[in-house]
Amino acid sequence: MSTLDLVVRLIYLAAAVGFVLGLHLMRSPATARRGNLLSAAGMAAAVIATVVLLGSGPESSAASAASHSTGLPVTTWAWAALAAGTLLGAGGGLLGARKVKMTAIPQLVSIFNAVGGGAAALVAVVDFVRAVGEGSTTAGFSIPVVLDVLIGSVTFSGSLIAAGKLQGWVSGAPITFLGSRALSALSAAVGILGGIWLVANPSVWLLVVVVVAASAFGVLMVLPIGGADMPVVISLLNAFTGLAVAMAGFVIGNQILIIAGALVGAAGTILTKLMADAMNRSVMAIMIGGFGTGDSATPVLAGAAADVRRVDADDVAIQLAYASKVIIVPGYGLAAAQAQRELGELGTLLAARGITVLYAIHPVAGRMPGHMNVLLAEADVPYTQLKEMDEVNPEFDTCDVALVVGANDVTNPAARRTGNAISGMPILDVDHARSIIVIKRSLGHGYAGLDNELYGDPKTGMLFADAKKGLAAILAAVKSYVA
Amino acid sequence: MTPELLSNLSLFVLALLVGFEVISKIPATLHTPMMSGANSIHGVVLVGAILIAGMADTPGACLLTFVAAAFAAMNVVGGYVVTDRMLGMFRAKPKPPPAPVAAPAAAAAETIEVKA
Repeated sequence: MSTLDLVVRLIYLAAAVGFVLGLHLMRSPATARRGNLLSAAGMAAAVIATVVLLGSGPESSAASAASHSTGLPVTTWAWAALAAGTLLGAGGGLLGARKVKMTAIPQLVSIFNAVGGGAAALVAVVDFVRAVGEGSTTAGFSIPVVLDVLIGSVTFSGSLIAAGKLQGWVSGAPITFLGSRALSALSAAVGILGGIWLVANPSVWLLVVVVVAASAFGVLMVLPIGGADMPVVISLLNAFTGLAVAMAGFVIGNQILIIAGALVGAAGTILTKLMADAMNRSVMAIMIGGFGTGDSATPVLAGAAADVRRVDADDVAIQLAYASKVIIVPGYGLAAAQAQRELGELGTLLAARGITVLYAIHPVAGRMPGHMNVLLAEADVPYTQLKEMDEVNPEFDTCDVALVVGANDVTNPAARRTGNAISGMPILDVDHARSIIVIKRSLGHGYAGLDNELYGDPKTGMLFADAKKGLAAILAAVKSYVA
Repeated sequence: MTPELLSNLSLFVLALLVGFEVISKIPATLHTPMMSGANSIHGVVLVGAILIAGMADTPGACLLTFVAAAFAAMNVVGGYVVTDRMLGMFRAKPKPPPAPVAAPAAAAAETIEVKA
């Protein structure tokens, strides 16, 4: 091992420590930003060290990059391709990250996830083509190649479809067509059998077949999954990308890829489990899909319509202004209407009157894990007011007004009974509040397609309005009482 | 199984366990930034894209290197920047209050909480 090689490996070790400590610091909002910077510093060190290693010539790069490297000096064309690609990608990533609206974060993360998985698959493809050319493939090499290409391709196409669904370019409703299940099973079978065959008989054409089959499977896997299940899908695809990157590490014999990939794989798996538990559904049931409708709230007037009590913004404002404790329950409707600023302003105004204001956040509120917290943080809501489900549920008993904005299924008391689509799903105990106000465009159903029993509760007042307009009206009315 | 493969496999399994341990204690408030942060960590595949440039000796391989580098760089740069942007928004207290009324109001809030 040359000195340079040794130094590079030590830098990789430091980078791995940076990643782990960075994630560790994310346990508290107070230190999370430092954690991210630490992780980024580790990343920068690993990337720079690798570039230096590559530039130092064949001997050392052969040693560390891969035991099976050709040892040829890097061609000018390869340097140019690398530099141009890096600049282009970095520029695109920077632009997207700077410009994106917080409501669109899930789409952006999904796209970053797609390209990460795609890059991992390409790394294996390039190394495999080289090894086949040399005739130096072994099973210990081909197996991670196949796993990397399978997982990476599924993640790439699957994440793009997920991003399309979140952005509304692909319908958020579960999409199935005649034979879609069979086609999906077929593509999975071709990918896996092709992969096994490839380990026995390494050939580039077979690899192409595996890539095509796995990409097709990624598309067919995500299409039938409804919009409401996206938090689970995004976490799962994130875990997949981590595993694909770890496999790429096995292919080119690079430890930092293995460590970082495994970390992310584990992180994504845990989150996926948490999200699925929060909906009381198994990950498998979600992946099979077909549950829920789309993002469009169908203005179905249910039979209970006549029984609900309507209120106007003035009534709501009086109740809020004279309450001593208010719990706000935001849901995806808030994000869809881009109404987080109005809500934050209302919360601040009430808090300034000495009213205790809390925000009850259901684990699956929003379109990715923790999405609602980010939106409220953007609207300057202090994170000390954001309460998780278990923490906030006892608070409803002593709460004067629960204000539900754009949340539906997660507040439906029907979940406590057996025999319906959401039975057993952990919910927010909104019905325990002394008075309940629901801001909603119509009596449309939530994703589960159920009537919300909360709306028929005599304690509940319904304010039929778009979240943004409704909140603005309440805000104006509260101001007029306060002033 | 070669010794290299065995040691890589050990690393993989141990890193998985560390990942489970570290992540399972993250509060739901931070799930989005954490996921976005984990997402940027898998951008480490940029290191892989750099290393395959060392093997790219055909136009096809150069093209694939270009695409892999672009993908990975987008993942890593965009991931860290957007995570930082999100985390920068989390504050313990609201921004400096617009009116001087804030202090008595905060005191009032405390008394009410005590009563409740």
